[in-house]
Amino acid sequence: MHLLTTSLDKLLGVLEAVGGFVAILAFLFWLAGKVRGRFEKPIANILLLGPAVILLLVGLVIPAIRTIFLSFRGQYVIGPDVKYVGLANYKWAFTDPHTLHTLVRTAEWLVIVPLVSTVAGLVFALLVDRMKYQVIAKSLIFMPTAISFVGASLIWKYVYQYRAPGLPQIGLLSEVAMKLGWSHPPNWLLSSPLNTFLMMVILVWIETGFAMVIMGAALRSIPDDVIEAARVDGAKGWRLFRSVQLPMISSTVTVVIITIMTATLKIFDIVYTITGGNFHTDVLSNEMYSQIFEEFNNGRGSALAVILFLAVVPLVTVSILRLRKERYA
Amino acid sequence: MAHKKRALAVTASVSAMALALSACGSSSKSSSSSATTAGSGATSATTSGATLTGACAPYSQYAGHPGTVTIFGSILAPESTSLETSWSQFEKCTGITIQYTGSNSFESQLPVEVEGGSPPDLAVIPQPGLLAEMVNTGAVKKPPAQTVANENNWPSIWKTLATVNGTFWAAPESANMKTLVWYSPQQFAANGWTVPTTWQQLMTLSAQIASSGKMKPWCGGISSGTATGWPSADWLSQIVLSDFGPTVYSNWVAGKVKFSSPQIQAAMTIVKNWMQNPAWVNGGFGGVSSIATTTFQDAGLPILKGQCAMLQQASFYEAQLPTGTTVGSAPTDQAYAFYLPPVNPSLGSNYTPIMGGGEFTTAFSSAPSVQMVQNYLSSPEWADSRIKVAPGWVSANTKVDKSLYTDPIDQLSAKYLSDPNSTFEFSADDSMPAAVENEFWKAMTAWFSGSESQSAAAAQVDAAWSSAG
Repeated sequence: MHLLTTSLDKLLGVLEAVGGFVAILAFLFWLAGKVRGRFEKPIANILLLGPAVILLLVGLVIPAIRTIFLSFRGQYVIGPDVKYVGLANYKWAFTDPHTLHTLVRTAEWLVIVPLVSTVAGLVFALLVDRMKYQVIAKSLIFMPTAISFVGASLIWKYVYQYRAPGLPQIGLLSEVAMKLGWSHPPNWLLSSPLNTFLMMVILVWIETGFAMVIMGAALRSIPDDVIEAARVDGAKGWRLFRSVQLPMISSTVTVVIITIMTATLKIFDIVYTITGGNFHTDVLSNEMYSQIFEEFNNGRGSALAVILFLAVVPLVTVSILRLRKERYA
Repeated sequence: MAHKKRALAVTASVSAMALALSACGSSSKSSSSSATTAGSGATSATTSGATLTGACAPYSQYAGHPGTVTIFGSILAPESTSLETSWSQFEKCTGITIQYTGSNSFESQLPVEVEGGSPPDLAVIPQPGLLAEMVNTGAVKKPPAQTVANENNWPSIWKTLATVNGTFWAAPESANMKTLVWYSPQQFAANGWTVPTTWQQLMTLSAQIASSGKMKPWCGGISSGTATGWPSADWLSQIVLSDFGPTVYSNWVAGKVKFSSPQIQAAMTIVKNWMQNPAWVNGGFGGVSSIATTTFQDAGLPILKGQCAMLQQASFYEAQLPTGTTVGSAPTDQAYAFYLPPVNPSLGSNYTPIMGGGEFTTAFSSAPSVQMVQNYLSSPEWADSRIKVAPGWVSANTKVDKSLYTDPIDQLSAKYLSDPNSTFEFSADDSMPAAVENEFWKAMTAWFSGSESQSAAAAQVDAAWSSAG
């Protein structure tokens, strides 16, 4: 009952705020509609851009500036111990052995996962297209994409569970390995660097479905006459794929790779759930979380956030440029 | 963070880790409504309000300051429901509404709320280390005089724990006992093993069980999400306390005795010979390194299957036992715990070191209604009221009526926690700064997984100290 009334209260509050906002906007638009002459255009521009700019400022620009600002600060954000430390947090990020390994490992993720997922997605897209019951196959491959990262990680954590040989096995991987004659499989999640690759498998498993669907659609959008013309010229199989199909969907492939790259760079849930960053598996975003929310070191955490941000910028730029090129092509 | 420990102990028994993770952020909190005094001419929080009669008579000293008080803590349902029941009569009689919110990411959220300028009225903080960090932000309010007076009912160590920069800040809430070894009285009786009362006997028994070939004597698990490693930190801490005494222990916690010092190295060697002994661990799971990947929740379950004889784990491990497990000291009972005997006999036969945990009720508001709640929650009357609601909760308040405890593990814990002869120390990791605590867990985890040597693990934590200082 109590919960219900507070929820209702909150809902009403939200409605009031949104309603008020809309009312103010309506009034301003009405006012702007009355303006004629020299100011008509500039005022219309400001009014139309205003809401978006304000939302961007509050939700993105100001927090980003504050994070950059905090990355030059020490551990504390408020209180008497706030101090300016210059570039010390960045120096730490690139000299501390643990953090340095974390950066390198994140780069490995960034190279391997998008590549493997995209290639696998493309292969599935080509193969499934010729199958009889392609809907079923597609649904099965796409299904992991719909599972949350945490859910997927929990499933795979069971797959990788270790029990000593001789005891009843819980982990699927150990059981399969032993059935295949490997009598003493290792404790998977402890074996570095194997454990990092095992965790990459989870993300590949999730992203392959996404890659398959997008690239499958692109393949099908290639006009039939193009394919037919190529066939008439004698191209088939690999040749057809490499010289006709792949060039025609290259922009889609780029978008898929970049989308998966961005997701990989931010990967946090898998590492957090499976090992918590232990056993040499830590990645940048998990380390960032751990600095800010576990060690309460806002300075170091913010520095890592800035590094992460700088790493995402080129990827986003490439995809925006790509998009523009297509729009004006 | 560690105190996901306790919270997890409960949630995980309900379901798998999934719950704990997926429930993240589900708890929202209305931090807007701070305490409002219904201006009945009340001038000071310490003056008693109106006189109440009947069933409400015991609450007279808290009356006259109605309002809403928000409490934020790491304790989740069903335990939080027991808390709410325990103060419902207080709410009825005083007109103070207590809004409790629990979150399994309490330790991450609280600093964010404090930094954002919208802290709860009261926070139930389970680590002295976090309490000190909150005090250092300048946001914590001093407790009222009555709470300070109530504090004298606890063994004096509790006051020391909640003292930062020479000032006492927060009264304890519950307490738990970690210096326990879980075992099966049934299994011990069937094999003719007896409960050891000295460290030497414990080691002899372990060797005897190992050579019997029936099972490995010990099992353990230190995996616990982001707090992975804490059970092994507790193993080391207890050895330090019981081998070198409280002075070395508190100097170690304060960073004055290094991990690389001869004492801590000696303690690590004892842990190594005990919990990293390949012949002794890890019953039901595998070799030594499997300790690193076994969750603390699963660690003791092989005891019930006859695959392992003993587990060193806190009183709250009881929540992990499958429902229907009989807990008690009788030879037919399936699970019980004995006191982990101290290592060093030269510290005297009366030396009873115990390590444990607890929570501190910390105020971020000095409104009269908030102070009334602080006074009530630090009174033995409230502790009695909480104990009556449900088992699995112990107070270290010496004025508490011990006959109210119904659960054998609660009785055992309370016996040690309120014994004036025992030497209580708070878990070392929780008393260290968060950055050191985190590195302590990571180093212990790396050491148990076999990827780091004993000296490298020690060096890793010492390095965290020097950058935290």
